Amino acid sequence: MLNILWVILMAGGIGFSAFQGTMGNVTEALIDSSTESINLCVFMLGVIGVWNGMMEIAVRSGLMRKISSIMYPFIHWLFPRIPQGHKANEYIAANMAANILGLGWAATPAGLKAMQELMILEEERSMSGKKKIKTASYEMCAFLVLNISSLQLIPVNMIAYRSQYGSVNPAVVVLPSICSTAVSTLFGIIFIKIAGLLQYKGSH
Amino acid sequence: MNFILYFSDCIIPCTIFYILIYAVFHHTDVYECFQMGVKDGFKIVIKIAPTMLALMVSIGIFRISGALALLSELLEPLGEILHIPSAVIPVILVRIFSSSAATSFVLDIFKEYGPNSKTGMMVSIMMGCTETVIYTITVYFAAIQIRKTRWVLPGALFATLAGVIASVIITEIIM
Repeated sequence: MLNILWVILMAGGIGFSAFQGTMGNVTEALIDSSTESINLCVFMLGVIGVWNGMMEIAVRSGLMRKISSIMYPFIHWLFPRIPQGHKANEYIAANMAANILGLGWAATPAGLKAMQELMILEEERSMSGKKKIKTASYEMCAFLVLNISSLQLIPVNMIAYRSQYGSVNPAVVVLPSICSTAVSTLFGIIFIKIAGLLQYKGSH
Repeated sequence: MNFILYFSDCIIPCTIFYILIYAVFHHTDVYECFQMGVKDGFKIVIKIAPTMLALMVSIGIFRISGALALLSELLEPLGEILHIPSAVIPVILVRIFSSSAATSFVLDIFKEYGPNSKTGMMVSIMMGCTETVIYTITVYFAAIQIRKTRWVLPGALFATLAGVIASVIITEIIM
């Protein structure tokens, strides 16, 4: 999927700008965006570093286990095939909690760790020894779909931008945003549940 | 509104404070753990860096080429049926790839129509319920070196589309 998408974006962009006669801009975009991506990575080294550090403290002190045990019934309903007590549950719980609170930069490290734990879970399941897993498991897909459907309580950035552009009541979007984010999350859940039914049909 | 902004300012510091206090009370070696976590975090960033570079370069080229403007124009009739103003279409398209690019479109809309106009409200609500689909999928799978992503993209786009339609309907109701 990513292969094709990348080619479409790159080759399509270059081909199209040949039409428009903006080839010079392509080179500029190439340099600008490659620099920007490295800047972002340096930024991420800092932020992900700090949050991953905090998360490690939370894991060692047992705080993560506490949070995930509170959220366990819900997570178990979403991902019934992750065994109880597996570490993936903890990171999924942390990722969801951070997303709901709008802590994007805290959500990402937790989400990436959750993916790693799901990978370990998949390796345990397959028992195929050294063969490398290249295909996403049901849990990985479901977790990502939920993550992207992004349940969020307060759209902090939007409120800030709105007030910056002279909105009399910038926070008026909070309730409508909660409604729409609930809808997208609901449809995300419906999708993963149907996908789960199709994949595990009759295996229960 | 001040309260909401104040509250959101407090979330991060309070979370850190709580994690630290909880850890100290449970006799955890806080400093050591933190360093180990940071090391681990660095490794993750190094792992996803090539993906970020590839993705951002391709998006940069695609944006500059003007293909996006054409695509938005092509989608305008469809937008009309769904009651989506033509200024909102590029926001939806770009949002799938890049949060910062989408934000710059949103700020343009705020400048032109005002944040409390119907268009301004619609994009504000939309930004709250959508994510950078492609970016998230690529980075998360890059961290574990998975190539076959199965039904993630359709699923994510399905949820995003539901959010977009919900935003339009909600805006129509409240405006």
